[in-house]
Formats: sequence, structure tokens, C-alpha cells
Amino acid sequence: MSVASVVAHAPYAVAVWLLGWGLYGLVSSRHLVHLVLCLGVVQTSTYVLLTAIGCVGGGVAPVFVPGVDPSVRAVDPVVQAMMLTDVVVEATVVAMLLALVVRVHERTGKLGPDELQALRG
Amino acid sequence: MTSAARMAVFTMALAGLVVALLWAFGALAPVGDVAGAYGQLLNRVATNERNATDVVTAVNFDYRGFDTLGEEFILFASVAGVAMILRPSRRQRFTREQRDAVEHLPGRARYPTSNAVRLMALAMIGLDVVFGIDIVVHGQLTPGGGFQGGVILASAPLLAYLGGDVPTLRRIAPRPLVAMAEGIGAACFVVIGLVGLLAGAAFLENVVPLGPRPPGVLSSGTIALVSLATGLEVSAGFVLLLLTFVEESLQRTSKGEAGGSP
Repeated sequence: MSVASVVAHAPYAVAVWLLGWGLYGLVSSRHLVHLVLCLGVVQTSTYVLLTAIGCVGGGVAPVFVPGVDPSVRAVDPVVQAMMLTDVVVEATVVAMLLALVVRVHERTGKLGPDELQALRG
Repeated sequence: MTSAARMAVFTMALAGLVVALLWAFGALAPVGDVAGAYGQLLNRVATNERNATDVVTAVNFDYRGFDTLGEEFILFASVAGVAMILRPSRRQRFTREQRDAVEHLPGRARYPTSNAVRLMALAMIGLDVVFGIDIVVHGQLTPGGGFQGGVILASAPLLAYLGGDVPTLRRIAPRPLVAMAEGIGAACFVVIGLVGLLAGAAFLENVVPLGPRPPGVLSSGTIALVSLATGLEVSAGFVLLLLTFVEESLQRTSKGEAGGSP
């Protein structure tokens, strides 16, 4: 692979980098809050991937106010739409997971994922 | 499995995954050269077809509106989940000392909120509300829309909490009202979809007149309406999250667990 090709693929590598460290954090986590935030890191990798795929070289933003010709080169609006809903939805999902963490701590007094192995009725 | 063995297995699996992904992405076209046909087609036709200048919002609330409805229900379900998981065991009123204990860790000096913060928060609330509404109602014209504007609007009660206290927050955002607003926002999205069915078209089809050209605040038919509904739902949902977490800390404080061990 030439240097130019590596640079042109760099955003994909960033997505893989974030996914890898997020997964590592999930597995090695010793604190439930840390674990939830690592899931957030995993999810950011999808944002990087989506924006990278939607990028069109030299393209403008897909906002065609009067005076901008709709046939001009523009970036992909579909992946951007997916990403923006996901950002908001992820925040609420993280909030729900953190609420679970609050309850776990209240019930057991523990916050380490490894300390929660015993099943209790 | 011991934690060392687990890490060893995981590291091997992760290394395999990373190599496979890098190999796969290396075979993709370079960033900037992909240009998906669907997105490019929408870019060319959406502005004229839907009388909306922001194609991202048009995709969100019209071309892929059904998809967004699903996303919005994930949001709705998560907020409902938080409200259920953290529901108070019983209704109770809190004394000033208990409220104080939530806002200050034990053993830490208690400074009253400084006038600078209160003034800033007060000045920002108005700007924040105007900015949020602006982003929601111009979603079909410029970058923005219900999701983004809704989050901006939701930070207004947060600012009130920052510059004030829990009673202030409760006064400007009473829980029953916020919960109702969230439900209405989600319901409106579905109702707008059903209007399409009643008009003899598909669910969420844009059957409302598209408004004057060139596009303005009133154009783009259902896109603007769905954006408003989403704005209401998202802002109320986030405020409900804030209220629930604040109430929950109050509950815990009253049980004598304020702050926990440092």
C-alpha cells in the first residue's frame, strides 16, 4: 500500500481504533460507569465510519439553498441522517444504563462487574 | 474463568477482529470516493421534490421517516426505562437540608451559587430557548431539526437548575407536564404518519401541501411538522431524564446515603 492510499483510508483506521479500544475497555472494565462509557466509545466508532463513508471529495454540505445547484457535488445526506439520530438516541440509552448502575449500587453496594456474578432471587 | 485467562482469549479475538477489519476497509474505495448512489440521487431531487433545502432533514423525516420513527421509539423507550428503573419508592417532600445535601458533597465547604453563575444562567436561558426553537423550525431549510433543536431546548431547564435549585427546576418543568409533552411529541409523529394513510397514500407519505417556493419556514409539508413533533419529544425526554436523576439523588439522600464514600 502506498502512503497516499494509507492516508486516504485513515478515517476507517480511526473507526477500527475506536472500536478496538472500546471493546478492550468493556472487557477489562472494573467499574460499571467505566463500562457504560466504553460502550459509548464503541458507538463513536460507527459515527466515524458513517461520516467517512458519506464523505465525497470536494463535495459541499447537502443544503441546497436558492442559488446552489442541486446537481453540484455534495456529501451523502443519508448516512448523516442516520448518524444524527443515533447521537441523540445513544445519549438516552447511556442514561438508561447509568440508571441501572445506580440501582445495582443501591442494591448490592458494589460497582465492579466481576463482583456481580452470584445470582440472587 | 480467571480474569487473566479471559483477557488472553479476548486479546486474541480482538487482534483477529482488528486485522480482519483493517483488511476489509483497506479494500474499500478511499474516503471521498464512495459517493453512494442513493444519497447522490436524493441530493439532486430532494430540494425540488419536497420543497426543503436541507436534504439531511428531508431524509430523516420523509424519505427514511419510518426508520426515524423507530429511532425515536428507542429514545422514548430508554427515557421510559430510566423513569421506571429510578421510580421513587414513595412520594415525599424534602427539607431544605436534604436538598442541600444532594448539591454538596459531605465535608466540602458550601458556597452559595455565585451571582456570576446565576446571572450567566439567567441570561443564557432566553438565548437558549430562542436558539432551540430557531433550530427546530428551520430544520427543513438549514442544518438542524427536531433532534438537534430538542436537545438545545432541553438545556434550558438544566440552566435553571444550574443557576437556581431543585424547586426552581420543578417549577419551570413540572414532571406531569414534561411527561405529557414527551408522549404528545411521540404520538404526533405517528399521527402525522397516519394522515398519509387516511389520505390514501403510504404511512408517513408527504401528503400535506408543500408550501410556497422558494422554501420557507412553512414549506416542506410533513417534514416541518414531524420536525416539530420530534423537537417536542426529544426536549421533553431529556428534561424527564434530568428530573428523574435529580429526584433519585434526593431519594437517596433522604435515606442517609448522600454522596457515599469518597
